[in-house]
Amino acid sequence: MVRFENVGLRYGLGPEVLRDLSFQIEPHSFQFLTGPSGAGKTSLLKLLFLSMRPTRGLITVFNHDTATLDKDELATLRRRIGIVFQDFRLLDHMSTYENVALPLRVMGREESSYRNGVIELLHWVGLGDRIGALPPVLSGGEKQRAAIARAVIARPELLLADEPTGNVDPNLAQRLLRLFVELNKSGTTVVIATHDIGLMDQYDARRLVLQGGRLHVYD
Amino acid sequence: MTELQISPQFMDREPKPPEEMSGLVSRAESSIVPKWSIAGRALVAVVAIMTFLASLTTGAVMLVQSAAADWQSDVAREVTIQVRPVAGRDLDADVARAAEIARASPGIDDVRPYSKQESERLLEPWLGGDLALDSLPVPRMIVVRLSSGTVSLGALRQALADQVASASLDDHRAWIDRMRAMARTTVIGGVALVVLMLVATVLSVVFATRGAMAANRPIVEVLHFVGARSGFIASQFQRHFLLLGLEGGLIGGGLAMVLFGLCGIAAGFGAGTAAADQVSVLFGSFTLGWAGYLAIGAQVVLIAVVTAVASRRTVNRTLQTVE
Repeated sequence: MVRFENVGLRYGLGPEVLRDLSFQIEPHSFQFLTGPSGAGKTSLLKLLFLSMRPTRGLITVFNHDTATLDKDELATLRRRIGIVFQDFRLLDHMSTYENVALPLRVMGREESSYRNGVIELLHWVGLGDRIGALPPVLSGGEKQRAAIARAVIARPELLLADEPTGNVDPNLAQRLLRLFVELNKSGTTVVIATHDIGLMDQYDARRLVLQGGRLHVYD
Repeated sequence: MTELQISPQFMDREPKPPEEMSGLVSRAESSIVPKWSIAGRALVAVVAIMTFLASLTTGAVMLVQSAAADWQSDVAREVTIQVRPVAGRDLDADVARAAEIARASPGIDDVRPYSKQESERLLEPWLGGDLALDSLPVPRMIVVRLSSGTVSLGALRQALADQVASASLDDHRAWIDRMRAMARTTVIGGVALVVLMLVATVLSVVFATRGAMAANRPIVEVLHFVGARSGFIASQFQRHFLLLGLEGGLIGGGLAMVLFGLCGIAAGFGAGTAAADQVSVLFGSFTLGWAGYLAIGAQVVLIAVVTAVASRRTVNRTLQTVE
């Protein structure tokens, strides 16, 4: 599904923040991406999300060499990837329902074709009563779940989550982890970037550990 | 989403059917770009003010241009025959003969000989009213109004020279040339002013649009991250900013049109007063005409298009820097 070969990344003329990364992410797999703060987790997620190009090396996503794709082809490929940002990135002028439905709307789908599906998903993530609420009145946990719902609404093949439990209490963190596990069981490949050891200990999964810009894989 | 199977333990409570829940969803979808934001309102205000000023400039220049054309046309449509008193000749008979020759010429609308009293009255501003002018050889004037400014005066001049030796024809050529030069200078200056005003308007609108777009950067980023193509994102903003530009333009341009309309009406009401006459001399009837209103309308459209294009370019630039 995803293949990195000798990938390196630097910002401008600065030092390499990622060095010689070579690994694969198999379909339907579940993995944690971890490492100390500043190790490059977010940078690696950006590469996985096709939001940045590497300084060197080869990245293949869904059998496409990302270096050969133009912007629109990358956007099309990005529709097969869902991402949950640490800071949620919900649009404040849109209701929870509209935020979650946004990926389908930008695909040009008719509202009537996804209305029930979005409502059903919102209920699944425990936001059934907050459908019409605007993000500024949602709690941190509700925003997190809305962001997760938006990431999975288009049934992505690969789900990336950046510190998805960083802003929630342990109980909700556990519930969110269960949601990711359920999504993985339904066929979605999951990568969760976190430095929450407690969270990782709750589920036995592959660990990708970034240290000093290099990656160590623990299957 | 029926294929997405998440265990019921994750749910807060038993889900209601989506059909029941859909009542909570607003029927009208929100615009992807927020319709009203502080930056958007500020942009409408900037566009409205700049369009108003640009429209005033354009309208004023068109009024002056039209008045200058009227001045030229008025002067060019009038020629004067001067009949000098010559010893041994009957001045009144010479004036009558010259007027007769003028009336018989083609392309003449009206011939009006000035009487002796009228001719003397013309000298009063310089010589005063108490002076006895009988002893002075005061020439007599005949004002000839042409049907258009392009009538050939060669035949009339020749006929006067042949039949009334003391008469001479003045076609005001020197005055017309001066007026033409002055009118041309005024119009060129006005056009330069309009161009400068339009450039200032376009630049203000471009920078105001960029400012408003900066506030929308998070929206561009989210759309990019959920897989929207660049063209889709750009078109959303372009449409939104085209409407903002049109709104501001219509407010500014509309106010300018109303102002010109009111000035025209006010000029009509004040007709006959010294101030109104002076304004009339400078600006003609003070009526903008359909060409003036069309020019203001074109400016409104131009400014709206500039707003839309500036937003599209800013979106594309933003997308290049999104990570």
